[in-house]
Amino acid sequence: MVDFGGWELPQQYTSIRDEHLAVRKVAGLFDISHMGRLDVAGEAAEQFLQHVLTNDVASVEPGHAQYNLMCLENGGVVDDLVIYRRAASDFLVVVNASNREKDVAWLRGHLPSGVTLTDRTLEVALIAFQGPRAAELLPKGSSATDAIPYFGFAPGQVAGVAALISRTGYTGEDGFELFVDAARIGEVWDAILQHGRGSGVLPAGLGARDATRLEAALRLYGNDMDETVNPYEAGLGWTVKLDKGDFVGREALVKVKEEGPKRRLVGLRLQPGSIPRHGASVASGGKQVGAVTSGTHSFFLGYPLALALVEGPSFPVGETLAVDVRGREAPAEVVKLPFYRGSARHN
Amino acid sequence: MTERRYTKTHEWITVDGKTATVGITDFAQAQLGDVVFLDLPKPGRKVNRGEAFGVIESVKAASDLYAPVTGAVAAVNDRLSSNPELVNSDPYGEGWIMKVELSGEAPSDLMDEAEYKKAAEASSH
Repeated sequence: MVDFGGWELPQQYTSIRDEHLAVRKVAGLFDISHMGRLDVAGEAAEQFLQHVLTNDVASVEPGHAQYNLMCLENGGVVDDLVIYRRAASDFLVVVNASNREKDVAWLRGHLPSGVTLTDRTLEVALIAFQGPRAAELLPKGSSATDAIPYFGFAPGQVAGVAALISRTGYTGEDGFELFVDAARIGEVWDAILQHGRGSGVLPAGLGARDATRLEAALRLYGNDMDETVNPYEAGLGWTVKLDKGDFVGREALVKVKEEGPKRRLVGLRLQPGSIPRHGASVASGGKQVGAVTSGTHSFFLGYPLALALVEGPSFPVGETLAVDVRGREAPAEVVKLPFYRGSARHN
Repeated sequence: MTERRYTKTHEWITVDGKTATVGITDFAQAQLGDVVFLDLPKPGRKVNRGEAFGVIESVKAASDLYAPVTGAVAAVNDRLSSNPELVNSDPYGEGWIMKVELSGEAPSDLMDEAEYKKAAEASSH
C-alpha cells in the first residue's frame, strides 16, 4: 500500500507485470475512487467552465466528455481534468486526487453567482475497467455499451447496479470508467472480477496504471507537468482553444504560442537494464538539457521508456540523448509518442 | 551445506565448504516487486562484507545489494540477465544471485530464520 494524495492505494494486487499485461491483452479493473468528483451546475455553468478551462466547453454535447486543463494567469497548469456534460447546465468534473482541495479552492475563487460547486468524491465511487476485451467482458445485468462512443457516457446498469458508464480511461485501451454509489461499489467490483476471472481479468494497482498510462503517453500531473509547466511545453497545446474567447491564462498562453515553448516533453526509449527514474538528468552533446518526468520498464514493450522535459528546439525522432541512470550515461532515443496505441476507439 | 543465514539488509547466504551462495530474501523480493534488472559483478572481483556489490531494479526502484561475506566472486547467476523474475518466483532457489569464494571463515553473527523473520516483521511496520 502507498499513500497517494492522502488515499491508501495498492501498488499491485499480485504483480505489476501480470496486471499490466492483463490490461493490454484482456482487461484490468482499477479502483480510482481517489480521483476527485465535483458537480458544477447552474445556468451559467458553461460560461464558468469556459472561463476557468482551456478547452472549448461549449463544443461538448450532453452525454460527452472532454479532456481539459485549468491554468494559472501565467499559463502554468493548475490541474488536468475531464468534464462530463450531463445536461446543458449540469457538469461532472473529475480531477486529480492530489489536487482536489486546491482545485475546489481555485474554482470557488472564480465561482459566479448562479453556479453551484459540490464535492461528491466521498459519495460516488469510481472504478475503471480497461482493456481490449472490456466491453465484451462486462458481467450479466449490464447495459449495452455499443452505442457509447469514445469519450461518451450514458446512465445504465452494471451487474444490476445503477452506474454512469463512461467510455474513457487512462490506459490507451478501450473500456469504461464506472461511477457507482459508494454503498454499492463492492457488488460491481466483485461481479466484474468474478465474471472475468476465467478470461484473465485481474484487479490492477497503481503500478499497472502508471505503466499503461505512460505507454499511452498520457501525462501525470505532478510528474510531467505542474504549475511551472505550461500546456504547450507539456505537448497539450491541442487542449488550448485560444479563439474561444477570454479565459484564465489566455494572455500568457497567446504569448507562449507566438514565441514557441522554451521546453518540450519528448518520448525516450532506452536499452533493457537502463531504467530512467523521475528527476534523472537528460543531456545532449555533454550538456544538460532537461530531466526525466516519468520513466519505467515496460513489461509489455520489453524496454524502458520515459517522458522527459527538455529545453530548446524539439529534438527530432531518432536523435540520441543521454539519461543519467545510477550515475552513468545511458543512451536514449527520441521516439514518437505515444509509445503504444491501444484499443481505445479514437473517432 | 549450512542452514540459510540472513542479513539486516535482506540478503541470505548458505555456505558449502569455502563457497557461499548469496541471494535476497522472500521478504525483500516482495517489497521490491517485479524485478526487471540486476547489475552484478564479474567473477574474480573482490567483495567486502557490508559493501554494495551490485544493484537490483524493480519497476518501483533501484536498490543496492550488500555482500554478506568477504571474498572473491566465483560465479554470478547468468540466468538472471534474461529471467530476472526468477528472483521473485524462487528467491531461495533458481533466483540465487552469486557465489563467493570465502577469504576467511563464514561470519557467525548472521541471523537464523526465526531471528530474521522477527526483524523483517518489525521493519514492515
